Amino acid sequence: MKSILLVLPLLVPLSTAAVCLVLWTRPWLQRAVSLLGTVTLLLAGVSLVSLVASEGIQVIQLGNWQAPVGITIVADLFGAIMVAVSGLVAFSVVLYSMQGIDRVRESFGFHSLLHVLFLGVNGSFLTGDVFNLYVWFETMLIASFVLVALGGEKAQLEGAIKYATLNLVSSAIFLAAAGVLYGTVGTLNMADLAQRIGSGEVGGVASVAGAMLLVSFGLKAGLFPLFFWLPASYHTPPAVISAVMAGLLTKVGVYALVRVVSLLFVRDLAYLQPLLLVVAGLTMVTGVLGAAAQGEFRRVLSFHIISQIGYMILGLALFTPLALAGMVFYLVHHIIVKTNLFLIAGIAHRVCGSYRLEQLGGIYRSRLWLALLFLVPAMSLAGIPPLSGFWAKLALVRAGLETEHYLVTAAALAVGLLTLFSMTKIWNEAFWKRAPGSSETQTPPPSASQPPASQPPTSQPPTSQLPSPAAGLDSDATLRATGNMGWMVAASLLLALLTVGIGFFAEPLFALANETAAQLLNPAEYIEAVLPKGA
Amino acid sequence: MEILLAITIGALYAAAFYMLLRRSFVKVILGLAILSHAANLFLFTVGGLTRGQAPLLSAEENGPAELYADPLPQALILTAIVIGFGVQAFALVLFKRVYQSVGSDDLDSLTGNDSEL
Repeated sequence: MKSILLVLPLLVPLSTAAVCLVLWTRPWLQRAVSLLGTVTLLLAGVSLVSLVASEGIQVIQLGNWQAPVGITIVADLFGAIMVAVSGLVAFSVVLYSMQGIDRVRESFGFHSLLHVLFLGVNGSFLTGDVFNLYVWFETMLIASFVLVALGGEKAQLEGAIKYATLNLVSSAIFLAAAGVLYGTVGTLNMADLAQRIGSGEVGGVASVAGAMLLVSFGLKAGLFPLFFWLPASYHTPPAVISAVMAGLLTKVGVYALVRVVSLLFVRDLAYLQPLLLVVAGLTMVTGVLGAAAQGEFRRVLSFHIISQIGYMILGLALFTPLALAGMVFYLVHHIIVKTNLFLIAGIAHRVCGSYRLEQLGGIYRSRLWLALLFLVPAMSLAGIPPLSGFWAKLALVRAGLETEHYLVTAAALAVGLLTLFSMTKIWNEAFWKRAPGSSETQTPPPSASQPPASQPPTSQPPTSQLPSPAAGLDSDATLRATGNMGWMVAASLLLALLTVGIGFFAEPLFALANETAAQLLNPAEYIEAVLPKGA
Repeated sequence: MEILLAITIGALYAAAFYMLLRRSFVKVILGLAILSHAANLFLFTVGGLTRGQAPLLSAEENGPAELYADPLPQALILTAIVIGFGVQAFALVLFKRVYQSVGSDDLDSLTGNDSEL
C-alpha cells in the first residue's frame, strides 16, 4: 500500500496523458479527466509527504532488482515536498486552463502534453538513479519543447529553437557526465555512488563528473552564465504554459543540483562552495537587473525567475542546516508565487489585450480585485512581511550572516529591493496608471491587440502583440470576447491564499524544511534506506 | 583502442561545437546530432572497453567463466540513441517550421523576441 503511494505520482500523469490521447476528439471529457488527474496527483503528493514525514525515507526497487543493480524509486522529504508542490501547480494550472487556453491548442493535445510534463517532473524528483534521471529529464524536455511551440506562432517557434538547442546541449553534457560516473565509480545508483564516493576509494576523476553535472543542471536551472535561453522563450507561449514552465522546469534543475551536490559531491564542497556563492550572487544580480530593463509583463517575470534561482543556489552554497531549510522553503514559496504571477499576467492580458506594460493600464480602477490579487504574489516575491517570501529570504539572509558571507548576503538584500522596484513598475504601469489612449477598460476594442500605428508596416511587429494571422490559431480574442474567467481567477486565488497562508502560518512548513535540511545533510540516512543491509 | 576512440570522440566534440556555433539552421541540427553521437561514444569508451566474449550465459553455466564485456554502457547507449532519435526528429521539424515562418535559415534573424525592449 505504501509503495503504491510512491509510484502514484508517476502512474497518475502517465495514465491521464494516455486517456486524454484516447479522448482526442472530445475536449470536454479531456478537461474533466485532466482535472481529475491533477486532483489525484495533488492528493498523492500530499499523502506522500505525510508518509515520508512520519515513517522516514520510502523506497521501491523496480522489478524487485535490489538496489545497486536495479532502478530505485526513492522519496525522501525533499523529493516528496517537490512532488506535492508540483501537484499543486498541476492542479491550479489545469483549473486555469479551463478558460485560459484556446480551443485549437486544446484540441492538439495540450492536456496530454501537460501530463507528460508532470510525469517527467515527478520522475526526476523521485528517481534514485543517475541515468534514470537523464531519461526523466528527456521526458520532461520533449513535452516542454512541444508545449512551447504548440500553436506555432512565430515568436513561439523562435523561442522554442533557443530553448530546445541549449537544453539539448545540456542533456548531452549530462549524458557524458553519467558516463564518467559509471566509468570511475562503477555504478549509477545514487545511494551506491554516494557510498563509494564518500568512502574515499574513488579518485578525483569522479569530481570531473561533478563539474559536468554542475554545468548541465546549471543550464537547466538558468544559472548565471547559462540562462540566456530562459528570457528568450518563457514569455512566448500562452500564459498557462508559461506559468507551468516558470513554476516547475527550472526548479527541477535546482532540485537535481541540490541532490547531486548534497549526496554525491559533499567532499568537493571546498571548491564548489566559493564557485556556487559567486554564481549565486551573479545570478541574483544579473537576473534582477535584466528585469529592470524590460517592458513586457512576462519578460519581467522571466528575468525574475533567474534572480530567484540565485537565492536557492545561495542556500545550497552556504550548506548549513538553516541555509538548506531556507532553500527548501524558498523553493516551495517561489514555485507557488511565480506560477501565480504568470497566471495573473494571463488574466491581465485577457482584460486588456496586451502583455506590454505601456499598453496595459487602469486595472486598479476597473478591476480592483485583480489588482489586489496581483499585489499578494508580487509583494511576496519581493519579500515583504508577512508573506511567504519574507520568511524564505529571512532564513537565507540569517544563514548568510551566520556563516559571515557578508558580500553575497548584501547582494541578496539589495536584489530584494530591486525586485520590489520591478514589481512596483508593473503595479504602476499595468494597474495604477489610467488606461492608455483609446482602450476603454471595460470593453477593449479589438484594435488594442494590434501593433501601434506608429510602427512602419515593413518592420516585424513586436511578437507579443502579434495576433498571429498566419497560423490563425490564436483565438485569444474570441476567448476574451466571452469574458468568462471564473476558473482562471479561482486558480490564481487559490495560489494567492496559499501564499498568505504560508506567510501567516510559516511554522509547520519551516519545521518540515528543517527536517528536510537535516536529511540532506546526512546522506547516510538516504544510503541506508536504499541499499540492502550489509551490502 | 582507447586512444583511437578518444581521438575520434575529441574530433566529434570539436566538430559538434563548431557546427553549433555556426549560424545556419542545418549546421546547428547537424551539430546537435554529432554532439549526441559524441556523448554516446564517450559513454561507451569511458564505461570500459573489453575485448572479449559477449555477456551471454548459457543455461548450464552459473556465471561467465572468462572476461566478458560490460553490457550496461551498451544498454545505456541504446536508450540514449532512441531518445536522441526522437528529439532530433522533433528538432528537424521545429527548424523547418521556423524556416518557413521566418523565411531565413540564419540564426541571427531570430530576433523577434528580443526587439521589444
